Amino acid sequence: MKTDEQKIIDDAVSQDYKYGFVTDVEQEKLPPGLDENTVRFISEKKGEPEWLLDYRLKAFSHWKTLTEPTWALVDYPEIDFQSISYYAAPKPKKKLDSLDEVDPEILDTYNKLGIPLDEQKMLANVAVDAVFDSVSIATTFREDLAKAGVIFCSFSEAVKDYPELVKQYLGSVVPHTDNFYAALNAAVFSDGSFVYIPKNTRCPMELSTYFRINASNTGQFERTLIVAEEGSYVSYLEGCTAPMRDENQLHAAVVELITLDNAEIKYSTVQNWYPGDKNGKGGIYNFVTKRGACRGENSKISWTQVETGSAVTWKYPSCILQGENSIGEFYSVAVTNNYQQADTGTKMIHIGKNTKSTIISKGISAGHGQQTYRGEVKIMKNAENSRNFSQCDSILIGDKCGAHTFPYIDVRNSTAQMEHEATTSNIGEDQLFYCNSRGLSTENAVSMIVNGFCKEVFKELPMEFAVEAQKLMEVTLEGSVG
Amino acid sequence: MLKIKNLHAQVEGKEILKGVNLSVKPGELHVIMGPNGAGKSTLANVLAGRDKFEVTQGKMEFSGNSLVDMLPENRAGEGMFLSFQYPVAIPGVNNMYFLKAAVNAVRKYRGDDELDAVTFLKMIREKLKVVELDDSFIHRPVNEGFSGGEKKRNEILQMISLEPKLAILDETDSGLDIDALRIVAEGINNYRNNDRAFILITHYQRMLNYMKPDFIHVLMNGKIVKSGPKELAHELEEKGYSWI
Repeated sequence: MKTDEQKIIDDAVSQDYKYGFVTDVEQEKLPPGLDENTVRFISEKKGEPEWLLDYRLKAFSHWKTLTEPTWALVDYPEIDFQSISYYAAPKPKKKLDSLDEVDPEILDTYNKLGIPLDEQKMLANVAVDAVFDSVSIATTFREDLAKAGVIFCSFSEAVKDYPELVKQYLGSVVPHTDNFYAALNAAVFSDGSFVYIPKNTRCPMELSTYFRINASNTGQFERTLIVAEEGSYVSYLEGCTAPMRDENQLHAAVVELITLDNAEIKYSTVQNWYPGDKNGKGGIYNFVTKRGACRGENSKISWTQVETGSAVTWKYPSCILQGENSIGEFYSVAVTNNYQQADTGTKMIHIGKNTKSTIISKGISAGHGQQTYRGEVKIMKNAENSRNFSQCDSILIGDKCGAHTFPYIDVRNSTAQMEHEATTSNIGEDQLFYCNSRGLSTENAVSMIVNGFCKEVFKELPMEFAVEAQKLMEVTLEGSVG
Repeated sequence: MLKIKNLHAQVEGKEILKGVNLSVKPGELHVIMGPNGAGKSTLANVLAGRDKFEVTQGKMEFSGNSLVDMLPENRAGEGMFLSFQYPVAIPGVNNMYFLKAAVNAVRKYRGDDELDAVTFLKMIREKLKVVELDDSFIHRPVNEGFSGGEKKRNEILQMISLEPKLAILDETDSGLDIDALRIVAEGINNYRNNDRAFILITHYQRMLNYMKPDFIHVLMNGKIVKSGPKELAHELEEKGYSWI
């Protein structure tokens, strides 16, 4: 039984976070705990080949030698990795051949989230892979994509249908030895998306994966791999939500991107995991490793992220600029309200000649939110004439929140050009009063000022998502000015 | 329209206004002059409802409603407008977007239908002609990178778009070259009518060469110490404030 007070709090919070409902489906769930048998169970469940099981086991034995990183400026109680369930999947009624056979409860969930999986009702020109807890439920528009030669499917299917491609690229950008969470992910990842764009192909539609955590007490460990062959282009979006629960849940994903000569990947994220309630109870721990390798000449990888959710975020989408003239970009808006904490930023590693990178980071802290920008720009010895431009701006709303900036710069070639700008400001009383005196309420004024502040990043998002991002900011910052 | 009685106000514990009395009727143009630090800008900000100024004593009524506890956005809705001495920039916010949001917020408060984008654009193009600015002006971020003259003309553009009953212009003339001064003054003159009143706060009588004020008030040390006709401004310009 909930106390009245708790109910009032829940109600208040649910107004803010409208994706907090739970879907009642029959599910198959592994009991909490992690050992070699867990890894074997997941692999067997997915009918994986021997080499992949070996890969997982190698990662698992490496993970056991590692300790949780503590250098990030975030504070949370130690995670008990034995108390988490590493696999949860809705029980399929039978083998799925088409969308008609997906559990209607789950289809309904995605409808409620505004992501109808029925192709007729979908946003025109966006193909969606829907990942529900540990498994991919459905991938839309596959036939249309297949005509263009584009592969877009769940990771599990890719392992079955395109084992050579997966084998060639899996772990090639983020090796299982990379860090604590990457090792854990490599051992227990359950599903995710796989994208392959063949040579000289411009992907005919936006690709999108929608991640949903539903089961309680479960970790989500998805794996995304995107390969863009020579002269190809793809724009990929991911969205994430989770129910409101009092306990914290772990989400530790790995994303690897590869671009060959003249290829481009544009990767956009709208991250809206449950952030916890107003008192900091519950919420997702979002510990994610995202990295792209510009292997080819003139290739380009662009990360755009809007991070409004999660209780704790630890995330640094990065680019390794190997190919000559390759380009890396990072555009980020991160919001921390109430008791949210985020330590986020990027790494740009310049290896090839004439490589260029741009970093635009906008941090907004309100309530008791704490936020850190942590970014590294590294110019290697042979990276002649490389250039970086970094701009990190923060605004604070109220006087109980914090913003911190840690730029690391490592230049080993004297022809490099580096520019770094950083500002921190309070949302101005003078700006608010100016808006008020023109008839605008404080709430509208805040959302206008904040959206203006984020404009450089929002304009990088595909249209529909830019609108969604703006709305999300309004909801996230609701009530942040007293 | 506006009645101020024995108004006292302080900022950060320091009393700035020490018993101001002022009454403004529809159609009138009042000018408030006075030395630096007399409380002129404080009076303007208190009228518009700035939070950091605290009213400690006295009354302010606007169209029959007490202003003391009214939110600044509601004062705007009721028809009060403050042209700022130093208009603040809002980076990344398109000037037109800002104006449209403001116009529609005020229309909504007054029970009028909100304007759609097309109607609004048509309206704003007319108003731009008044302040002699071209279309590109409204696509720039609010006050960001504006010259001094552009900022003040933008304030006038906002004023004529929001159609207030009472406009308070806080040193709108300072920092303007002759052309900008003429444009601003004409904007105000063309906009005067029997229902609309103005309070002009200024250091100089040069803007008054372009207009016909009904009253000149001298604010010194937190009080209005002298009021008179237009000629008083000339006298002040010649003799300064010490003779009062």
